Amino acid sequence: MTETALRTPAPSRRFKIDMRALSPFLALVVLVIAGALINPDFLTASNLTNVVTRCAFIAIIAVGATFVISGGGLDLSVGSMAALVAGVMILTLNRIGTPEVSTLALGMLAAIALSVACGMANGLIVTFGRIEPFIVTLGTMGIFRALIIWLAAGGTITMRNLDLRELYRPVYFGDVFGIPIPVIVFLAVAAIGALILYRTSFGRHVIALGSNEDVARYSGVPIWRVRTLTYVIQGICVGIAVLVYVPRLGSATPTTGLLWELQAITAVVIGGTALKGGIGRIWGTVVGAIILELVANIMVLSNFVSEFLVGAVQGAIIIIAMLVQRSLYRR
Amino acid sequence: MASVLRADQISKSFGPIEVLSGITLALMPGEVHAVIGENGAGKSTLMRILSGHLPPTKGTLYLNEQERRFSGPVEAEHEGIVLVHQEILLAEDLTVAQNLFLGREIRRYGFVDDGAMRAKSRAILSELGVTLDPDTEVRRLSIADRQLVQIARALLVPHKVVVFDEPTAVLTPVEAESLFEIIRRLRAQGVAVLYISHRLNEVKAIADRVTVLRDGRLIGTHDIEGLEPIEMARLMVGRDMSKLYPDKPETASDQVVLSVRDMAVPGYVEHASFDLKRGEILGFGGLIGAGRTELFEGLVGLRTSTGSITLNGKPVRFTDGRDAMAAGIAYLSEDRKGKGLLLQQNLRVNLTLAALDRFSRGSFVDTAKEEATLDTAIRDFDIRARQRDMLAGQLSGGNQQKLLLAKMMLIEPQIVIIDEPTRGVDIGTKEQIYRFIASLAEEGRAVVVISSEMQELIGLCHRVLVMRNGRVAGEVGRADLSEDAIVFLATGVHEERAAEIAAGHV
Repeated sequence: MTETALRTPAPSRRFKIDMRALSPFLALVVLVIAGALINPDFLTASNLTNVVTRCAFIAIIAVGATFVISGGGLDLSVGSMAALVAGVMILTLNRIGTPEVSTLALGMLAAIALSVACGMANGLIVTFGRIEPFIVTLGTMGIFRALIIWLAAGGTITMRNLDLRELYRPVYFGDVFGIPIPVIVFLAVAAIGALILYRTSFGRHVIALGSNEDVARYSGVPIWRVRTLTYVIQGICVGIAVLVYVPRLGSATPTTGLLWELQAITAVVIGGTALKGGIGRIWGTVVGAIILELVANIMVLSNFVSEFLVGAVQGAIIIIAMLVQRSLYRR
Repeated sequence: MASVLRADQISKSFGPIEVLSGITLALMPGEVHAVIGENGAGKSTLMRILSGHLPPTKGTLYLNEQERRFSGPVEAEHEGIVLVHQEILLAEDLTVAQNLFLGREIRRYGFVDDGAMRAKSRAILSELGVTLDPDTEVRRLSIADRQLVQIARALLVPHKVVVFDEPTAVLTPVEAESLFEIIRRLRAQGVAVLYISHRLNEVKAIADRVTVLRDGRLIGTHDIEGLEPIEMARLMVGRDMSKLYPDKPETASDQVVLSVRDMAVPGYVEHASFDLKRGEILGFGGLIGAGRTELFEGLVGLRTSTGSITLNGKPVRFTDGRDAMAAGIAYLSEDRKGKGLLLQQNLRVNLTLAALDRFSRGSFVDTAKEEATLDTAIRDFDIRARQRDMLAGQLSGGNQQKLLLAKMMLIEPQIVIIDEPTRGVDIGTKEQIYRFIASLAEEGRAVVVISSEMQELIGLCHRVLVMRNGRVAGEVGRADLSEDAIVFLATGVHEERAAEIAAGHV
């Protein structure tokens, strides 16, 4: 059998690998063309900017998910975590109350600290409890969600100080040279993520861990530290997403971040990251998140399908993406 | 006599690359026909064609002298051609009986009939001379027993041709002997046996005829009479192989670098003590399951263990593999594919994984330095990769082992522990690996070689420690090195009696 593998003609294999990495980008191009044909309003700068801005939360969270998933893990708790962090951040802002930049800074610090703690909790339980990440994060997903419902007493947590809201508003609605701030944040997170995953020894260790944990262990990779850190990175990404999310509505409710984990994982998988670990594609993930939002946008603009079915279409996309990956891999 | 299965001018190409060309081979009923050749010679491809897993690109197969094309392995099996795979393909959580009938369960009123399958399993196993309880879960069986279950499963269907693909790669001599007993029984029943092996001594012992392949071409088919292993090796490699082992370096010293006392690995090893000296090659022999691998995995912190370890006169304790590497001890796993290399990653990533700190500037990996090191490794270790960006899984077994060696040498170890250095490695590469191991000792490093191939221990090591049932049974000094001495310590009986034991005559 080794012989066969050894002598498989090389050029076609290279082509295949390229295809795998390239397919999300091709899908994006096809979608943009389709959108342009369906509705002339689609290709306007304002519509496209709007799409990319709206996908920023999911994209930022999905960059973190790329680390967890390519390291062989999974985090289902991100949506609930986002809701909890948003709620606690708003409560902190309300408690301090003064409409100053320092208040915002403290609130942001609280949000990031809490999200790091949540990610760390996931990581430590997975690593030292030796429990399947699916189960661990299913558990913490329920815990985080219940905590936000409890904090909000079933209702809504709103930023009470209107001046503070006004001060915070530009973080979602503002722009620099015409580029919305959420988009800048999301590109920065992706660039830093790509740098860490592709260029650092930590990133190399993540891929090694996801490829084969035993090989990583026998090669002296500090697997406990690496695995825990992937969940911490996921936490930080959730925290950053929340920082951009809170000024949008200025409130957190029990339904904030519902099904974000599904969208984040979908974006990662569409992007070409292997769900079993060992292959991580940050830029693919970014494109995956944009594709999800584009599909929703095109559905709204087209009137072919009810926009209430957006979730169904996104669900179908993840399945189709897996089928495409599989067929590219087999051939 | 008419052949039962005959290949006429078989060729096989994958894309533009021809891996087999013009192979002609006739299998007679009641013969054991060995196919030998280096890794990459096309043995496995030929086997897969003969057993219907692959269609030939050119040429014809004749079954009972009738031209025949198989649509797949199922059709070949219907005609009585069965392949015993090299890898163990069993469901670990199922019992022996459940595995034997997996996919062909005996049913009664639509439900599985466990009683009938258990009874049939027992009958089949005893027919093979195997004493295994059909209700044992496969996960609790030794590798040798799993292999026997796999053979029993293959022989469950009516068979005229049985193909064994390197069946003894994981077996010790006693276990191999019981396999030969099964093969002889098959031969006596008029079954044609096709036997692929790297172990030429075995081929000499079991085969009636030998077909030699080299680089996808047929070198010839010979009667075993008068064909000695050394000549087989020459035919395989195409050059003289009389000097497989290098001279033992005269660098073994009295300077103890590693001293292990009372090492215990729960469930595997008890009271193991030994000293390792600078510049020596210390062999560890014994049967599979004797605890050799576990002893060293415990030593380097990959398993929990107790006992005292003294490194260069200082007591040490390793809590994970990282600690041991930092202290200058490299352990190369016997399980190259499962624990040694990332098969889905390229050569560069694999090469530098254990020593990544040395390739980092700040927290960033210096890819240019990695590439330069890969160049050096490819040259120094003679890693034959058609392309630099190949995946490790696409290398042949021998080249994977060289890559693993190169990888672990990057941590510049003072002590190198190599577990089964030449398992699944062709004979030409073996010679290179032996020379490399000798050069390690010459450089003043201490080397431990764990091996189930006794010839290897004898040809390579200064002295050999033999383990039996988790304990160090004894030491064989350089002057006394012989297969019999090792077998005696490993089993408690001398070699000539091993065959009798295996045959159940004791």
